[in-house]
Amino acid sequence: MFKNLMSWIEYRLPFMDKMNLHVMQYPAPKNFNFWYFFGSLAMLVLVNQIVTGIWLTMNYEPSAEGAFASVEYIMRDVDYGWLLRYMHSTGASAFFVVVYLHMLRGMMYGSYQKPRELLWIFGMLIFLVLMAEAFMGYLLPWGQMSFWGAQVIIGIFGTIPFIGEDLTLWIRGDYVISGATLNRFFALHVIALPLVLVILVFLHIMALHEVGSNNPDGIDIKKDNDGSVEQTEADKKFTFHQYFTRGGKKIIVDAIPFHPYYTVKDLVGVAGFLLIFAWVIFFLPEGGGYFLEPPNFEPANPLKTPDHIAPVWYFTPFYAILRAIPHPFMGAVAMFAAIVALALLPWLDRGKVRSVRYRSGLHKVNLINFCISFVALGVLGVLPAEGVYTLMAQIFSFTYFGFFVLLFFYSKNENTKPLPVRVT
Amino acid sequence: MMKTLLSAVALLASSLAIAAGPTVQLDKAPIDLTDKASLQNGARLFQNYCLGCHQMQYQRYSRTFADLDIPEELGMEHLMFTGEKVGDHITNNMSAKDGEKWFGATPPDLTNVARVRGPDWLYTYLRAFYADDSRPFGVNNEVFPLVGMPHVLQELQGLPSKTYETRLVDGEPKQVYVGIKTDGSGELSEEEYDRAVADLVNYLEYVGEPTKLEAHALGYKVMIFLLIFLVLAYLLKKEYWKDVH
Amino acid sequence: MSNAPVDHGRRRFLTIATSVVGGVGAVGVAVPFIASWNPSERAKQAGAAVTADISKLEPGQLIRVEWRGKPVWIVKRTEETLGQLEQTESKLRDPSSDVPQQPAYAQNRHRSIRPEIFVAVGICTHLGCSPSYLPNDFAAQVEGIRAGFFCPCHGSKFDMAGRVFQGVPAPTNLVVPPHMFIDDNTIVVGEDEGAV
Repeated sequence: MFKNLMSWIEYRLPFMDKMNLHVMQYPAPKNFNFWYFFGSLAMLVLVNQIVTGIWLTMNYEPSAEGAFASVEYIMRDVDYGWLLRYMHSTGASAFFVVVYLHMLRGMMYGSYQKPRELLWIFGMLIFLVLMAEAFMGYLLPWGQMSFWGAQVIIGIFGTIPFIGEDLTLWIRGDYVISGATLNRFFALHVIALPLVLVILVFLHIMALHEVGSNNPDGIDIKKDNDGSVEQTEADKKFTFHQYFTRGGKKIIVDAIPFHPYYTVKDLVGVAGFLLIFAWVIFFLPEGGGYFLEPPNFEPANPLKTPDHIAPVWYFTPFYAILRAIPHPFMGAVAMFAAIVALALLPWLDRGKVRSVRYRSGLHKVNLINFCISFVALGVLGVLPAEGVYTLMAQIFSFTYFGFFVLLFFYSKNENTKPLPVRVT
Repeated sequence: MMKTLLSAVALLASSLAIAAGPTVQLDKAPIDLTDKASLQNGARLFQNYCLGCHQMQYQRYSRTFADLDIPEELGMEHLMFTGEKVGDHITNNMSAKDGEKWFGATPPDLTNVARVRGPDWLYTYLRAFYADDSRPFGVNNEVFPLVGMPHVLQELQGLPSKTYETRLVDGEPKQVYVGIKTDGSGELSEEEYDRAVADLVNYLEYVGEPTKLEAHALGYKVMIFLLIFLVLAYLLKKEYWKDVH
Repeated sequence: MSNAPVDHGRRRFLTIATSVVGGVGAVGVAVPFIASWNPSERAKQAGAAVTADISKLEPGQLIRVEWRGKPVWIVKRTEETLGQLEQTESKLRDPSSDVPQQPAYAQNRHRSIRPEIFVAVGICTHLGCSPSYLPNDFAAQVEGIRAGFFCPCHGSKFDMAGRVFQGVPAPTNLVVPPHMFIDDNTIVVGEDEGAV
């Protein structure tokens, strides 16, 4: 009976086949390390954000008059409202933590290189939408930092020559940031952007499963079935979906089925992540003033600017680049270029070897330079733009872009190490 | 190049800590959210000295009473003056316009003040008033210069003023500022006044996040649970991965 | 790759143990989401007990107070009205108030704590209209009875203790909310703890 029903469904919608294709018989390289936790963690945080977000809208009031009070209402009057709100606000920061680490993983192991360029582009689009989502969400509590942070960021559009003024007016829908701005940001934050985000995540995963997962050695686990590589006993132990062997044209080595091996492994990552996540939610919800900034506990006041406006920490690397350039519009261009440069990595990196393990010492140093520049810019973005800080922001902006320029030149004829045939 | 980069980062990290710092050295507020007696005294001080001008428009009397173990009848009798209902928010009847007229700015709502300013700032601020005849209310504040607020706790502290001492600096006698000293006309001694301010700040800290103790209690349980889950998940992973290694 | 045989017992035990603990975690996570649908502190305060002053209530007079968004009647019945409560009983659907539409202390002929003071939620048990109070003209509905409640929507009739007559759409007597007297002149609707 049940079997008949299942095959009736299977004939019309091959659910089990798709599960096999993407989960049970998906070949994942067996050498994933710590850095491969962050993809599944990003999914977990996305679910957390969507669910807690839905629950917050049940009591949130998207109006300039009621927004701040409704957040206090959630924090004080709704049963467990404080927990739902902290899960959401901490989740926003956690999202960027795992996404930045996920991106760094891709950079270390060359996961953006051919044939994963489109996968990387989808990832970059997710990152862009995520930034828009976070920015608009931050306006909703209608605190001082919500208001003035939005003021500064919308002001960036005002630096565009000729159309800037009109553009900011159009974005705000008013001469100042007002209820009109709040309402449109609310609509985008709770409906439009999450929808786009979910679609992009779906495409990201589909693109991943089409080309297959990269691994810390950056070598292919699907080999041509021409006798040059033999499957070992261990390789023959597992069955993978015939889709991946391309009807016998390929053989798969050093792979294990995603389920159960990586589901149980990701579970360990999830547990470890949740320990830290829960610690912040319950004991440090303000994140030392970086996740929830102190001035944001004061309602938005268009007549009183906080002493020091700093965007939330995850924007600060790009914000520091913006401020490092003395010319406002060129600063905005540089900031945008900092993101575009990342998106162009598949073409800026002309190397054939993916993983940093087998690339030149110069590349290793350059990658460390990128990390240091990014972190330093992040710190500088929090600090006031004055004196030595501006100079340092300029230096680190230079080294940030330097990473891409250097990469472009040395990657063409890089002194790489020989690649192993099998993963290590 | 790496070395310069690294040392620059180290420099940045240290300046991050300084940049947020205030101009005046803040005293550490002795916060203890489990000290109900202190919180109750803080609530009493707030109702008597602050509520005239400052509201707590997001905090309900009933919440304060329940969390501070104050019986409702007792609370209504001693802490509520204007005949509101016990479930009402802690508000006053001063309009924002009047506040601006009288003090130059509307006295801010204090529900979240401890989260905006931090308890140390409040603790220091309330102990940093000093006599200054050039100001409309005859007092100024070291932490918040030119503040538009009178020294409402003067009847407790007395009128403090800046005091100087003659000290030898580089071999020459000079007037050195040593701090603020009260004239002793207040009801409380210096230690008692510090204690009273600490209680008040403790209460403000509680009102800023009334769920804090609840969050901590629940947090420990969640952490223990997650640790158990982590161990189990790890053992499960090890068991399955025997197939691979 | 170890070739040691798989320990299925251990594997199954760990799978079940992790699933159970994970399931407990999932239930735990659901708690705040479910609990947040409970009436909030604001709703509870808005639905808190209402106090009414009955010192100026004349015999025969009805006053309305709002409790949890519903009209609550407080009526001071006359001696005549109280006397007629017995007369109606043969025509009532539930004369002894067996259906629990009232707190235990109001399950009596006059359905109240004090005989003359009647407190009821002024909403017809049929479809939720608010019946009209007819202090003098109820005889047109039920012969010989001077006062009662008549619902204009579908013609349900109730006597002066809120008891429903036979042959009307309303199935049960009017609801008597929890209430208590703080003193002779003050009544609290919505709370009855610690007093009768």
